[in-house]
Amino acid sequence: MSMDRRKFLKAAGLTTLVGLGGKGVFELLRPGAVEAEMAHESHGHDKHHEQEAGPKVRWAMLIDVMALNKEKIEKIVHTCHYLHNVPNWGDPKNEIKWIWEDEYEHVFPDSYNEYNHILEGLPFLLLCNHCDNPPCVRVCPVQATFKRPDGLVAQDYHRCIGCRFCMAACPYGSRSFNWLDPRVQLKKEMAHGRKLNKQFPTRMRGVVEKCNFCVERLAEGKQPGCVEAVPDVMFFGNLADPNSNVRKILKERISLRRKLELGTKPSVFYLI
Amino acid sequence: MIEKALKGSSVYWGWIIFLLCLIGAGMMAYLYQLKVGLGITGMSRDISWGVYIAQFTYFVGVAAGGVMVVIPKYLHHYTKYGKIVVFGEFLAIAAVVMCLLFIVVDIGQPMRMLNVVLHPTPHSMLFYDMIVLNGYLLLNIICGYNTLLADKKGVPCPGWVKPFIYISIPWAISIHTVTAFLYAGLPGRHFWLTAIMAPRFLASAFAAGPALLIMILLFVRKVTKFDPGDEALQTIAKTVCYAMIANLFFMGCEFFTAFYSQIPGHMHTLEYLFAGLDGYGNLVPFMRAAIVIGLFGVFLLLVPRIRRNPKGLALACASVFLATWIDKGVGLVIGGFIPNPFETITEYHPTLPEITIAAAIWGVGGLIVTILYKVAISVREEQARV
Amino acid sequence: MYDSGKVIIGLAVFACIFLFPFLYNRGTAAPQPKPSLDTPAIKALSEKKCVENTRFMITTHMQFLNDWRDQALREGNRWYVNSEGKKVWISLQNTCIKCHSNKKEFCDKCHNYAGVEPYCWDCHYDPNGSKL
Ligand code: SF4
Ligand code: SF4
Ligand code: SF4
Repeated sequence: MSMDRRKFLKAAGLTTLVGLGGKGVFELLRPGAVEAEMAHESHGHDKHHEQEAGPKVRWAMLIDVMALNKEKIEKIVHTCHYLHNVPNWGDPKNEIKWIWEDEYEHVFPDSYNEYNHILEGLPFLLLCNHCDNPPCVRVCPVQATFKRPDGLVAQDYHRCIGCRFCMAACPYGSRSFNWLDPRVQLKKEMAHGRKLNKQFPTRMRGVVEKCNFCVERLAEGKQPGCVEAVPDVMFFGNLADPNSNVRKILKERISLRRKLELGTKPSVFYLI
Repeated sequence: MIEKALKGSSVYWGWIIFLLCLIGAGMMAYLYQLKVGLGITGMSRDISWGVYIAQFTYFVGVAAGGVMVVIPKYLHHYTKYGKIVVFGEFLAIAAVVMCLLFIVVDIGQPMRMLNVVLHPTPHSMLFYDMIVLNGYLLLNIICGYNTLLADKKGVPCPGWVKPFIYISIPWAISIHTVTAFLYAGLPGRHFWLTAIMAPRFLASAFAAGPALLIMILLFVRKVTKFDPGDEALQTIAKTVCYAMIANLFFMGCEFFTAFYSQIPGHMHTLEYLFAGLDGYGNLVPFMRAAIVIGLFGVFLLLVPRIRRNPKGLALACASVFLATWIDKGVGLVIGGFIPNPFETITEYHPTLPEITIAAAIWGVGGLIVTILYKVAISVREEQARV
Repeated sequence: MYDSGKVIIGLAVFACIFLFPFLYNRGTAAPQPKPSLDTPAIKALSEKKCVENTRFMITTHMQFLNDWRDQALREGNRWYVNSEGKKVWISLQNTCIKCHSNKKEFCDKCHNYAGVEPYCWDCHYDPNGSKL
């Protein structure tokens, strides 16, 4: 285990040297590092070991609200929805979204301050919080949504029966259901010049989907698409590592998380 | 025994054909839904459960309500219920079948239903719901069928059936408790997050199920030679009355907690349902009506003179049934989604295909009740002749 | 009451109707399809070998793909080590189909013959399909 850790840090150091990390503190995992972590976790029958160690990786995302603007938001949303072939139905009824913008009073409905409107005009980006204690996972009757050892709340479209229990359970409205065949809409959009990302599948009708923290990119050692699109606004890293980029930033900046009182422990932080 | 369902008057057959038409129309609508997707319903990203799940919830209650005639008969040897217990069980069978159908039509990938069994997930309430509902169906088939068989032969129920009957009593409580737990354990849905959800569900179930049973039995008495007995009907009516009072009391408790604490999240849904919120108030007239009709039903049941009159009794039971139906079969599930997690409001308008499918499931329930009751009544009539 | 004779006749008629397709098709099995494996990517291979041996792939690819799916998606394990110790990137879209780009020939021929309709293509892309 200690070897893993050294390798891990080395990879982090290397990427900083190469200048891949956004602010020079992003620890980019070498390909396969995530797998190594997870293999370790899944074979971790040694109980003592596990208790001592705790999870070694817990992915988290930081969004610098002060650095966001219309242009960047558009870029972020477009990047994510392009990468994951999220159709744009254009009506709230069938709408599917992985990341989108909303106002302060909707994002933090219980924290309205009538004497100070500083936060109100600010743009907030909403996505799945990859909660550490996710109610969506708790309720799913088939484990189609589940928490991976690295903290990611993943969604298995092959298994989802479309009961939408997870949508009722998610307190953040992060989940969308494919009420209709997403390909129908994608085809329409393609007729108007939309491009498909052929590296990533579409979904089928009747399943639930949401932001997947770009698990397919993490597996290749890349950063999430949105973070890569705006490296000075969004940061991605390992919350379990006290020396990680995200932990350093969280030490310095004021941050908010949504609906902490529900005990879900979100992994998305808003920097103010 | 089933051949008894094949002999009947033209009215009987007319009713059967009507139900079959209803089912046929619903099947067409369902094929359409299978082909296009659940987008043909009025549900949306914000209101992700609609008529189907609301009706499911309501009929779990009706199914559980049947136990209100089983308990007095088997735990207290209240012999007046001897002749009608089987009707309670048959009603439960129909209601559970309806519940299962409502789930099937609601899920997006019905072909993958078996995943619930293939990947059993003990931390999901839906997993337990599947177990208890299917178990309850089985229990009622065993108990109902054997009770009737024994009646036909004029012998007491065989001994091996007794344990099943006793198990079915806590089991009935469990189906509605687990169904309440589907809702009551979700963080962030303030309206549902209440510890009295399960007791309230049970109270409304013990009002609605027996109320429906009384209505059907009154009808049966009118059109057939079978008489369930005045005293039996009156006793069930008292059950309905007390259960409905408990239900209204629980509802009052919800109001108290929300409005005395003045916590906005807890008040919002109630405001939306009963007064309108931010200019939205689709359900207000219905929810208010539900309260008035419910109180009216209780009043009718409380006055002995009205209760003893068959017409008065029927009206009272219809009121209770309707009031609980609006409250639980519409407001409870839809209301839970309003306002949404962003404290904004999206309203829900069921579509025609959606209602057609739901109506067809009512039709299936009606058909099952009709056939099973026809058989049971024929047996009773034969006995009367002997 | 009712006539058991009639019931038996009814049952017999039902059985005949139900069994008709089976009886009718008896002994007239369609010839087994022989899908062509030729694709540009495969032609370019020096050694024409799949991830595992052909026999295994033909008989077990369903379980194999299920396993790959669970490994990649649920276990987060993207590397498969085959029986020869070679590492392969686990991906239907980006590994299997890179070689087997002829879905009509390679997948459909047998699947149609066997009358199975896997739902892979509801989400994954048919590499040569012009439409989605
Ligand atoms: S934000 Fe919602 S969907 Fe995402 S992990 Fe938390 S509860 Fe689940
Ligand atoms: S909709 Fe899918 S992911 Fe959500 S709870 Fe149901 S089966 Fe699980
Ligand atoms: S992490 Fe990936 S999936 Fe999630 S919002 Fe960003 S780009 Fe989209």
